[in-house]
Amino acid sequence: MQGRKPQGNKTIKMLFIFIVGFLWILPAKSMFAQESDNGLTVFAAASLSDAFHSMAKHFEEKDPGGNIEFNFAGSQQLAQQIGQGAPVDIFASANMKQMAEAMKSGRIDSASVKIFAHNRLVVVFPKGHNGPVRALNDLTAPGLKIVLADKAVPVGQYALEFLDRCDRSASFNPMFKDSVLRNVVSYEENVKAVLSKVMLGEADAGIVYFSDVTQSALTEAGMIDIPDDLNVIASYPIAVISDSKHLARAKKFAEYILSDEGQQILAQSSLLPVNTTPTPR
Amino acid sequence: MNQIHPPTHPESSTNTKNSDRPGTAGWPLVLASLPLILFLLLPLVGLLFRVSSTMLSSSLKERQVIEAMSLSFSTTLTTVCLTVLFGTPVAYLLARKNFFGRTLLDALIDMPLVLPPAVAGVALLIAFGRRGFLGPILGGAEIPFTRTAVVLAQLFVASPYYIKSAASGFANINRELEQAAAVDGATRSQAFRTIIVPLSLPSIIGGIVMTWARALGEFGATIIFAGNFPGRTQTMPLAIYIGFEIDLQIALVLAVILLSISFLVLAIVKGVLGRQLSPL
Repeated sequence: MQGRKPQGNKTIKMLFIFIVGFLWILPAKSMFAQESDNGLTVFAAASLSDAFHSMAKHFEEKDPGGNIEFNFAGSQQLAQQIGQGAPVDIFASANMKQMAEAMKSGRIDSASVKIFAHNRLVVVFPKGHNGPVRALNDLTAPGLKIVLADKAVPVGQYALEFLDRCDRSASFNPMFKDSVLRNVVSYEENVKAVLSKVMLGEADAGIVYFSDVTQSALTEAGMIDIPDDLNVIASYPIAVISDSKHLARAKKFAEYILSDEGQQILAQSSLLPVNTTPTPR
Repeated sequence: MNQIHPPTHPESSTNTKNSDRPGTAGWPLVLASLPLILFLLLPLVGLLFRVSSTMLSSSLKERQVIEAMSLSFSTTLTTVCLTVLFGTPVAYLLARKNFFGRTLLDALIDMPLVLPPAVAGVALLIAFGRRGFLGPILGGAEIPFTRTAVVLAQLFVASPYYIKSAASGFANINRELEQAAAVDGATRSQAFRTIIVPLSLPSIIGGIVMTWARALGEFGATIIFAGNFPGRTQTMPLAIYIGFEIDLQIALVLAVILLSISFLVLAIVKGVLGRQLSPL
C-alpha cells in the first residue's frame, strides 16, 4: 500500500490529461458553432409558446440564418433572468409590470417596447366527467378544487383582478372573490401548469388565457367565457435587448411579429392582434 | 459481488487509514481538488454574505417563512419515519437474499435517484391523482394538493438514499455472526434487532440523514404533485422559488436557513459517525 507502481501512475496521469483536454475542447467547439450563425434567443411568456413556435417557423423560412431558440416560462421568472444578465436577444412579456422589471436592468431601451398582442381570461374545467363547474357562479361551490397561477405570474394577477370585478358587479354575490379563493388548492408557477392540472382532472376549474386553450387542450378541457365587462385584457409587450449580439436580426423578428403576417399567426393561436384592439379597460 | 453503492460510505476502512496519515495529501492533490471545492463553496458563502442578521430576524417573523419552515420540518420528519418503517425490509431483502429479480429491484430503487423530479411528480399525479389509475381504489381520498402529497413526493425521491445505505450496511455484516446467533437459539428477528441493526447503525443513520436532507430540498415533484399553497403544500424550496419572483428577501432568508440547517446536520452526523467508526 506504500506506493503504486509507476506504470499505473502514468496511466492515470494520461487519463487525467486526456479528460481535462477533452473538457477544454468541448465548450470551445460549441462556442464556435454559436458564433458562426445568426441565431436568436427569445425569452417569452409561457402563454406565447404555441404562437411563437409557428411564428419562428415562418420567420426562419423568410429569413434563413440561424434558428430561433425559445425560453418559455412565467414572465416574472424571465424578467429576473434578464436582470441577472442572461444572454438573450428578445423579451416578450405577458404584462407591462414584468417588462418594467426587466427594464430595470438597463438592457432594454424603453423606445423599443411595443405592445404586440392582447389576450383574455377564460375559466377552464375538465371535460368528460360530470364536473361541477358549468358557469362562473359555480366557482363558489364549497369543496370545489380550483387552481390559479400565483400572484407573481401575470395571469395570476389578472385572475385576482377579474375576481375583484365580479365582487363589484351586481350579478355576483359581494363575497364572490372570498368564496372562490377559499376553493383554491394551489397557486401554480405558470399558466401551463394551471391548464395541465385541469386537463388531468385533478382540479375542477382554473383560470387561464383564452390562447392557452388550444385545439388539443379542448379534447380534455371545456371553457367558460368571461364577459367583456368582467374580463381583464392582458397586453403583451415585446422588446429587443440592447446588448444583443444579433441586434439587426432581433429587430427584424420583432417587426415581423407586428407585421400583418405575424399578427395573423398570433390570431391563429387565439391571441388578439393589436390592430383589432378590444377596448382596453 | 456487492452491487450496492451507497451515496455515503463512511465505513470504508482504507479511507480512514489514509486520512489519519497527514502528509499523504501533497500540494498537487490539493491544487487539483481546489477548483471543484471552490466551485461548491463560493455560491454557498456568497448566499450567506448576501443576508444580514437584521434581514434574517425580520423575515423570521413573516408568516410565510414560519409556515414554510414548519411545513418542511413536519413533512420531512414524516417522510423519514415512513422511510425507515417501509424501507428497512426492502434494504434487508436487497442485502441478504439472492432471489430472482434482485437486479431489477436494485435498478428500481435507483430510478428515483436518476429520474428528473418533475417526471416523478407527473408519475405520482398519474398514479395517485383522482383520475389516476389508483384513483378508483383510493375512493374519496383525494391526495394531490394535500400534505399527504408533499410527503409522498418526498418519499418517492428520497427513500432510496436510505434503502441503499442501509442495504450496504446489512450486506457488510459477516453472515457467520447471524448463523452463530441462530445456533445459540436466537430467532431471526432477535438476530436482526440485536446484531444486524447495531452493527450497521452507521449506515442506517447515514441513510436517514441523506434521505432527510434530500426530502428537505425536494422541489420538482412537490410542485407538480402537491401544488403550491402557502401553509398547506408550500415547503421551503417552493417558497424560495416563488419568493424569488415576488419577495427576494424571503427567498434569500429561507435559502440561508435551509443551507445552514442541512450543512450543520450533515456535518454533525458525519462527525459523530466518523468517530464511532474509527475503532471498527
